[in-house]
Amino acid sequence: MKSHYLAATAAACLTLSMTQGAQAEDLTLCWAAWDPANALVELSKEFEAQSGHKMTFEFVPWTNFADRMLNELNSGGKLCDLMIGDSQWIGAGAESGHYIKLNDFFDANGISMSDFVPATVTGYSEWPKGTPNYWALPAFGDVVGWTYRKDWFARPEIQAAFKEKTGRDLTPPATFAELKEVAEFFQGREIDGKTVYGASIYTERGSEGITMGVMDVLYSFGFKYDNPDKPYDMEGFVNSPGAVEGLEFYKALYDCCTPPGASNSYMGEGIDAYKSGQVALQMNFAFTWPGFEVDPNVGGGKTGYLVNPAGPTGERFAQLGGQGISVVSYSEKQDAALEYIKWFAQPEVQQKWWSMGGFSALRSVVEDPAFAASQPYAQTYLDSMAIVKDFWAEPAYASLLQASQKRFHDYVVAGEGTAKEALDGLVQDWTEVFQDEGKL
Amino acid sequence: MADTPIDRLARATPSSLARRVRGLSDRAIAWVFVTPTILLLLAINIFPLIWTVRLSFTNFAANKPNAEVKWVGLRNYTRILTDPDIWQTMQATAHFLFWTLLFQVVIGFSLAWLINRKFRGNDLLTTLIVLPMMLSPAVVGNFWTFLYEPQIGLFNYAVEFFTGIPASSFSMLGSVTLAPWSIVIADTWMWTPFVMLICLAGLRSIPDYIYEAAEVDRASKWRQFWTMTVPMVLPFLMLAVLFRGIENFKMFDLVVQLTGGGPGSTTLLTSIELKREAFEKWRTGYSSAYAIILFVTVFGLASIYVKALNKVKER
Repeated sequence: MKSHYLAATAAACLTLSMTQGAQAEDLTLCWAAWDPANALVELSKEFEAQSGHKMTFEFVPWTNFADRMLNELNSGGKLCDLMIGDSQWIGAGAESGHYIKLNDFFDANGISMSDFVPATVTGYSEWPKGTPNYWALPAFGDVVGWTYRKDWFARPEIQAAFKEKTGRDLTPPATFAELKEVAEFFQGREIDGKTVYGASIYTERGSEGITMGVMDVLYSFGFKYDNPDKPYDMEGFVNSPGAVEGLEFYKALYDCCTPPGASNSYMGEGIDAYKSGQVALQMNFAFTWPGFEVDPNVGGGKTGYLVNPAGPTGERFAQLGGQGISVVSYSEKQDAALEYIKWFAQPEVQQKWWSMGGFSALRSVVEDPAFAASQPYAQTYLDSMAIVKDFWAEPAYASLLQASQKRFHDYVVAGEGTAKEALDGLVQDWTEVFQDEGKL
Repeated sequence: MADTPIDRLARATPSSLARRVRGLSDRAIAWVFVTPTILLLLAINIFPLIWTVRLSFTNFAANKPNAEVKWVGLRNYTRILTDPDIWQTMQATAHFLFWTLLFQVVIGFSLAWLINRKFRGNDLLTTLIVLPMMLSPAVVGNFWTFLYEPQIGLFNYAVEFFTGIPASSFSMLGSVTLAPWSIVIADTWMWTPFVMLICLAGLRSIPDYIYEAAEVDRASKWRQFWTMTVPMVLPFLMLAVLFRGIENFKMFDLVVQLTGGGPGSTTLLTSIELKREAFEKWRTGYSSAYAIILFVTVFGLASIYVKALNKVKER
């Protein structure tokens, strides 16, 4: 009996030591440097405690994120074991072999993509789009929406002035036309002795800013990337009359209602403009919203959250943000990296992720009856995620993005040419890219 | 006789090696020393240049190492030279180059001329003037971004103070007409001290007795300046222009930080465009052709300029 006991103890110790030896990895997770990344560091401590792996994080500011991380992937770098890459990288990640395919892993571990919000699965995980080939687990749901100064909207003197000017009540804008009217009303107005402005919108030139902003508006004006029946046939879709009207609207909004000098604004500049009380309305990704709630200037009920307004025909879409988490194929610690994804996919971890400020994409979290009331922005987030569209996720995404950045900035900010010329030029640029890619 | 290190080295050298070295000519020994440097230069300068030329005739994309590389002949070159966007970046670069050089030469030389006098605090003033060029371009870019801020920027307030134009009524970085000047101003602020230092070296190299002789001949200060000071400082000034010209032709960091190439493409300089083509769009073949065109342009202009510089020095 004693010998059996000793043998069992020895076997248990051996197994334990072997298990621990096999697991003791130093994993590096690469992502953008922003508030959710800090929340993930905290969340991951639980994984470290459970698994014995040590987590290291490589966070890069948004303006350099794509540049830095795509170079890392393209060069076959081993820095990142796990990559929370932007949704548009999924095509290149899959086709260039940067990410490992996760289908078998999901099947083996009971992770089902039907458990996640469908838009996030399409946006962050699938390549080719619409096929059950998964290269990432939806990690952070995000979408462009609007915040507004609820406290300003509630002031009787402001309401009266608005009614006098426009003949209608000051309400959160439901259409883009209303949004512009509200922005025009606030532009240059004195509030608490300070001059305030209408709206902060995306105008950044260097990375992806102005494209994200323009697209967020264009979708609801009828813009489509290509002919649904003939992929990559863009003539009449990218430069449709509706799309032209949408681009003209964006320029008009920029000209009439943004703060002085807002010619190169993206997420950070938008946050600053809003928190400092410069603007009444602000376009930004949902990830910024938890930060507003705790801000002494705009938090505590002073901020309202809006789903992207509707276009002239009532169509309503929003630009998808967010990312999926992938295992980098060049990593030598793929097993440990997959362990992290398995841990991260658990409902209780996802619930905790949401409570810490991470926008979970797991349906059991967001469809929980208590979810909508859990945060002031929760319902807006849910409604927004239901109407998302995303930019091209093709392997040539960077070239496609560069072209739109140039065309949109040239027209909207620099005022060169017309909206029609800008979109015609964009069709030409994108056609050239797809020809170079051999897709046309 | 003292035991020198050379004697000790000679004794320590194995006799077989000593015999072999003794058999080498001076020229051969020179080659032995120079060869590693030449090999290094070939490896890190000449080979990449030749490789870039080769790539410029292909459709190679560095992010697709396994894709078939096709020979495209002169297509990359013709696409670049017929692309109006590329010519726009060339124009933006020429504007930046011309005005920064002009301002830096005029202000740099003037500062050097003023500071080349004996007065109290001269050294301290010189140190303060050269401070901007000691800063990182990224820091300077950030710093000027705040200065140009329409609502809180000191630059706009200074303009308002002197001209009465409201500070928040114009945006240096957001206006198509002002943005090209905003990068010229920031670069001039940063690099004028460099031109000043070189001019100062030139001014201080002029012997005092030449001015004393001119005084004896009753030459006016104006005449002394144009017939003695300027010609004798000219080679230094031309050298400063060469250095600044080459540097500004490849200007990247400061402008990216300030405008990111915008608004629109108004301040999109060739180096920014080249970086986007090469490392964002990953059109390696195309960007290689672009780099070769820029290289030939700079090399050609610099060669002509150096010849002119040598002629000035010979006078």
